[in-house]
Amino acid sequence: MTATNPSLDLAGGADAPPARPRPGRSSARAGETRRKWFEIIGLTTPAVLVYVTFVLVPMGFAFYYSLFRWRGVGKPTDYVGFDNYVLAFQDPIFLDALRNNAIIVFGSLVIQGPIALAVALLLNRNFRGRTVFRLLAFVPYVLAEVTVGIMWKLLLADAGTVNAMLESLGLGFLVQAWLADLDLVIWTLLFILTWKYVGFAIILLLAGLSNVPEELTEAAQIDGASWWQIQRHVTLPLLAPTIRIWMFLSMIGSLQIFDMIWVTSVPAVRSLGASATMATYMVDNGFFARLWGYGNAVAVILFVISFVAALLFQRFLLRRDLQGAITGRAK
Amino acid sequence: MATKRRASAVLALFMTSALVVAGCNSGGDEEPAESELYKNPVTLTWWHNASQDGPGKTYWEKVAKDFSALHPTVTIQAEGIETNQLQRTRLPAALLSSDPPDIFQSWGGGEIREQVEADYLKDITEQVKDEVANIGSAAEIWQANGKQYGLPYRMGIEGIWYNKDMFQRAGIAAPPTNFDELNDAVTKLKAINVIPIAVGAGDKWPAAHWWYNFALRACSVDTLKKASTDLSFDDPCFVKAGQDLKTFIDTKPFQNNFIATPGQNDPTSANGLLANGKAAMELMGDWNKGTLDTVAADKAALNKFIGWFPVPALSGSPGDPKAALGGGDGFACAKNAPAECVEFLKYLVSPEVQKGYAETGTGLPVAKGAEAGVQDPALRSILEATSGATYVQLWLDTAFGSTVGNAMNDAIVAIFAGNGTPEKVVDAMKAAARK
Repeated sequence: MTATNPSLDLAGGADAPPARPRPGRSSARAGETRRKWFEIIGLTTPAVLVYVTFVLVPMGFAFYYSLFRWRGVGKPTDYVGFDNYVLAFQDPIFLDALRNNAIIVFGSLVIQGPIALAVALLLNRNFRGRTVFRLLAFVPYVLAEVTVGIMWKLLLADAGTVNAMLESLGLGFLVQAWLADLDLVIWTLLFILTWKYVGFAIILLLAGLSNVPEELTEAAQIDGASWWQIQRHVTLPLLAPTIRIWMFLSMIGSLQIFDMIWVTSVPAVRSLGASATMATYMVDNGFFARLWGYGNAVAVILFVISFVAALLFQRFLLRRDLQGAITGRAK
Repeated sequence: MATKRRASAVLALFMTSALVVAGCNSGGDEEPAESELYKNPVTLTWWHNASQDGPGKTYWEKVAKDFSALHPTVTIQAEGIETNQLQRTRLPAALLSSDPPDIFQSWGGGEIREQVEADYLKDITEQVKDEVANIGSAAEIWQANGKQYGLPYRMGIEGIWYNKDMFQRAGIAAPPTNFDELNDAVTKLKAINVIPIAVGAGDKWPAAHWWYNFALRACSVDTLKKASTDLSFDDPCFVKAGQDLKTFIDTKPFQNNFIATPGQNDPTSANGLLANGKAAMELMGDWNKGTLDTVAADKAALNKFIGWFPVPALSGSPGDPKAALGGGDGFACAKNAPAECVEFLKYLVSPEVQKGYAETGTGLPVAKGAEAGVQDPALRSILEATSGATYVQLWLDTAFGSTVGNAMNDAIVAIFAGNGTPEKVVDAMKAAARK
């Protein structure tokens, strides 16, 4: 493949004598153009191939299958148009799943954001044991989702540690069926997700904070600004791009959340809609109810929602941060 | 972000099967003549569901080795895959491809009918006549359109596993034979402060099986048979099943917060409650002996107190009181599998192999001549009840196929959770049949 050693191709391309005599300047420009194209093709082909094969083609297939009433046995033949999409939006359980995703998206932003910001500002100051605290804040994020899920499932079981502790502290009235109470379970899950992912927000914000030039804070100090004023008027504005990136990642992750919910929630509670998300709904219906066409339709809906959310977010909030990269060249 | 990757992994799976469909083209259909058997070396791939180390898996390894020793031209590549993975993803995807396993786990009922319709399976009617005769009516579950496509190796009816000591302490003289006696037993058990009945509603199906039994009592055998083949659920008996279930749940026979309780495999499950002396009864199939063993803290005590009785009759219901719900496990051969596959299948259900299987204690055998292998007293009583049952109805979720089965189980669980109705169960089943 030419892609394996582009530099050789480039050298060959540049040294090759022109096929027909041409004025020097334009031949050099042609060589330049060719070289540029070699570079573009050579360097992007592997990535494009992988992207097309494993992202675009499956997406195409998912959409194609979503138009069929198909149970995964034999080839799909029963074309139903957009019926599967209509069915999904008529299913109260799918609407519950949508609502749960919305709770997780907004809950994550509203709860994790302030906590992460406060902790990051604190950990950015110099004090003894700072490294240990930084490490501790980040530990939950490093643990595997399934490990965390099972851990919390055991802790929050009826006869689990949490309820036992509440009992022995004389707080027996707070004892709950944390993962089985249909009204409570989504908030329990939100708590677990917060516990797990707040460390990620903290580490991102800490990285952002380390990029805030000390000269600015020093200058503010000399001007007599208090610590709070410095944070509010110097640090925060400079941290804004990092915060926006974190919001973006958190939102997309929350829309697609699957593993933690799958591991932690009780199948019965999930099927009643109380703890379902779009992704768990997709697997429950696609594989367990063997509605492959329908499952694909749900996958496409999940994709479109995530995609539109991502585009809107980039268009309105990340515009300045990504200037030139996605929205076109800055004017 | 790992979550993102998981979700795309699921998508990737859809697409794998997609590519596989595109490239699928069935090979020749010709069957080798009888004389060609064992002439050429063949490799049979075998997918079964004994994925965990234990007597079941060890036994299948031995069986494969023994068969190869008998027929040196045959090499068997066995793979144990966890049931859900096998049934929901691995097998459907492999069957869509041009290279499915030769012999694989088959649960019969609605699923085998769909597989036959898609032309996935080998018609073995002619080759296995003797085996079918020896197995009896249980083999019907692996039939479609009157032809045989697979054979069972395990089959049993479900009933109520109970703690004999608790029954004695509560002053219950004999196992209940009808629901009035069962309700009476529940009251007596509450009086000695134990959980009368454990149910793993968290896993859905253990709860749904209560509804199945009420349906079995409320519906005639003909109605059930017709429902399995036509997926028509207009008979009012299906609504009555839900009403009877609701009445029963209202007597509060189950443990608290049963919606969170898993079915089996850990000490907090319904199995664990019975095995460790916290609950007195549990409705479960013949495999329960093995699963109770794994969660019991004191196996000796469990073996002493555990007993089994059939699901009680329901007075005033038109269904056959001697009919029972049951199900089993079997194997089927892929359409283009070599002829040796059928021979191996026959070997698997031969009385000797079945006797050895029974001795592992993992389930009840189906072949006559293997009964001697069943040693456990509780399993022996199931064996007797199975042969004494006038009609064995396959688990309804298997009989109706995964789509209706799943919707039905979800709607039944809603009744357990207090926000479903008997009518909604039937509506969900009808809607799913159209999906």
